[in-house]
Amino acid sequence: MEAQLQVVDPARSRDRSPVIAVRGLVKTYGRVEAVRGIDLDVMPGESFGFLGPNGAGKTTTIQILCTLLRATAGSASVAGFDVETHPDDVRACIGLVFQDPSLDQELTARENLDFHAIVYNVPRALRARRIDAVLEMVGLQDRANAAVKTFSGGMKRRLEIARGIMHAPQVLFLDEPTQGLDPQTRAHIWQYLRELRRSEDITIFMTTHYMDEAEYCERIAIIDHGSIVAEGTPDLLKGMVGGDVVTAGTADDAAAVAELSERLQVEAKRTEQGLLIEVPDGAAFVPRMIQALSVRVNTVTIRRPSLDDVFLKLTGRAIRDDEAGAMDNLRAMAQMWRGGRR
Amino acid sequence: MDAINELARDAVSLRQQELRTPRWQRTARAVYVIWYRDIIRYWRDRTRLVASLAQPLLFLIVFGVGLSSSLGGVGNARGGATFGGSLSYVQYMYPGVVGMAVLFTAMFSSMSIVWDREFGFLKEILVAPIDRSAVAVGKTLGGATQAMLQGVIMLAVGPIIGVHLTPLTVLEAVPILFLIAFTLTAFGVAIAARMRSMQGFQVIMNFLLMPIFFLSGSLFPLAGLPAWMTVLTRIDPVAYGIAPLRTAVLSTSGVPGAVTRQLASVTWFGWEVPSILALGILGVLAAVLLGFSIRSFRIRD
Repeated sequence: MEAQLQVVDPARSRDRSPVIAVRGLVKTYGRVEAVRGIDLDVMPGESFGFLGPNGAGKTTTIQILCTLLRATAGSASVAGFDVETHPDDVRACIGLVFQDPSLDQELTARENLDFHAIVYNVPRALRARRIDAVLEMVGLQDRANAAVKTFSGGMKRRLEIARGIMHAPQVLFLDEPTQGLDPQTRAHIWQYLRELRRSEDITIFMTTHYMDEAEYCERIAIIDHGSIVAEGTPDLLKGMVGGDVVTAGTADDAAAVAELSERLQVEAKRTEQGLLIEVPDGAAFVPRMIQALSVRVNTVTIRRPSLDDVFLKLTGRAIRDDEAGAMDNLRAMAQMWRGGRR
Repeated sequence: MDAINELARDAVSLRQQELRTPRWQRTARAVYVIWYRDIIRYWRDRTRLVASLAQPLLFLIVFGVGLSSSLGGVGNARGGATFGGSLSYVQYMYPGVVGMAVLFTAMFSSMSIVWDREFGFLKEILVAPIDRSAVAVGKTLGGATQAMLQGVIMLAVGPIIGVHLTPLTVLEAVPILFLIAFTLTAFGVAIAARMRSMQGFQVIMNFLLMPIFFLSGSLFPLAGLPAWMTVLTRIDPVAYGIAPLRTAVLSTSGVPGAVTRQLASVTWFGWEVPSILALGILGVLAAVLLGFSIRSFRIRD
C-alpha cells in the first residue's frame, strides 16, 4: 500500500533545496514591527508548524509568503520563486486555506470547487474527476450538490482544504486550520492532512496557537513578538524543558516556592494551575517534595512536558494570555452575523 | 484509497499544466467565474429579485397615478394629466422608473464586495495567479447584467400602463439599459473598492442615490428648471442614460417624435444633446470609473 502511494515527480524528489526559504524578513506597519527579521527553511514534503500567540506575526508572515502582503525588508522564496518579483509563479504553486471562511455560502460545494478549478486552469477533462476525488478525501462526497450555507463549521473547513488542493499545489498554507472546531473534527482534519501528504507529495506550512495541534507537525518554529524564539522537532523542543513537569496545589503556594528553593534547590513557578516544577525524574521528586514542605500539599500531577511548557519557559508567558485584537472582534461579529442569517 | 491514488496521479500532470496559458487568458477565466457566480446568485435568490421590483412598481403605480390624477383632475382615462397632448404622466415617467430599477440594482450590487473581500469568495480570487483587474471587471459585468435584467423585466410592464413596445423598441432599449447599468455598477464598484466597512458604503450610497435619482429626469422633464437645479441635472450622469432610454421607449407609443424629444432630452444652453452623444458620455464615464476600480484592486500593501 505504501509503495503504491509513492507517486513522486522524480525531478523534484532529487532536488533537496528548500521549498520555502526566508531570510531576514521584516514587516512594519507604521511604527509597529509585526515581523522582526525571520529566517527559516522548509524542505519539500515537510509539515512545518508556525506556533505562537495571536498577534505574534504568524498571519503576516504567511501573507507575505502567499504574496498578499509586501515585505518591508528581507527576502522570501516559495517553490523556487521570489515572492516579490514572481508573485504569479508563487501563486500558481501554492494553495491557501484562510483563517476566515472564504467559501460562497449560496453556491454548492461542487460549484465552489469548480470555480476554483476554472480560475486555476485545471483542464476541463480533469475537473469533474478531481472534484470527486478531493470531496471523497474530506468525506463530503454525499454533500457535493448541497449549498454550503447548510454545512457545519467543520464541513466548511474540510471543503476549504479540499479547495486548497484542487489544483495540486506544491505547498499548502493553512492559517489556523482548526480554529473554533471541536476536538473530534480537528482530529479528522489532521487525518486528512496526513493522507494528503502521502498522496500528493505536498509541503504543509501551517500556523496555529493550539499547542497540541503543533505536535502533529514534523518541525515547529515558535514565534513571539515577530521573532522566532525556537525551532526544531516537537520532541527536541520539549527536551528543552528538563525531564518531567510536576504541578502541585498547596495550601500556601508562596511559602512552598520559598521552601522548595531553600531546601531542595529547585525553582517553582506559580501559575493558575498551581506550582509548576521541572525536574529530571518526577516520580522520585514527589516524595522528596512532600517531605520537604511544611505546607500541606493538596494535589500532585506528573506529566511529560508539552509545548505549552516550552512556550512558558521561553517567553515567561502562557500562550493564551494575549488579548483579542480588533480583527478577532470583527471575526466574532462575522460569525454571529452568518449564524443569524441561516 | 482509490480517491487518493487518483489524486496522486493527477497531481503530477496538473503541476506541469500550471502557468502554461498566458496571463490574460487566466484573468479572463476569472472574470467569467466572477460574472457567472453573480448570475447564479441572482437567479437563485428570487425573493430579492421580486422584492427589488416592488419599489419601482410602487413609484409607477402609486406615485405616478396619484400625482397625475391630483394634478390633472379629470384627465384622460389612463391617469390624468397629459404632456404634449397625447402623452400621460404615467407614460412619461415609465422609462424613468425602468431606469430607477436599473439604478438601484446597479449601485447596491457592489455592496457585497466590501464583505466578500474579507470573508468571502473574492478573498480566494485575490490569491489566484491572475491580474486583479479581473475582480473589478467581473464584478462590474456581473452587477451590470443583473441590473439590466431588472430593467428588462420592468419593460414587460409597459403594455399594462399603455406604452406600446415593438420588438424593435426593445432591441433598441436593451443596449441602453446595459450601458446605464454598466456605468452605475462601475460607479458602485469604484466606491466599494476603497471602502473597508459595510456601514461606510451604505452611508455613501444613501447620500448619493436619491439625489442622483431625483435629478436624473426620471420623474420630471429637465426643461424650465431654476438655474441651480439645471446645473445639477446636467452633471447627473444618469440624466444622459434616461434621455436616450425615454426617446427609444416612447418612439413607438404614438406620440409625435418632436414632442417626445422635447420632453425627453437633455439640453445644453438650448441645444438638444443627441442620444448617441449622451450614450457616449456614459461610456467614457464608465471607462474612467472602471479604470479607477482596477487601480484600486491592484494595490498590494
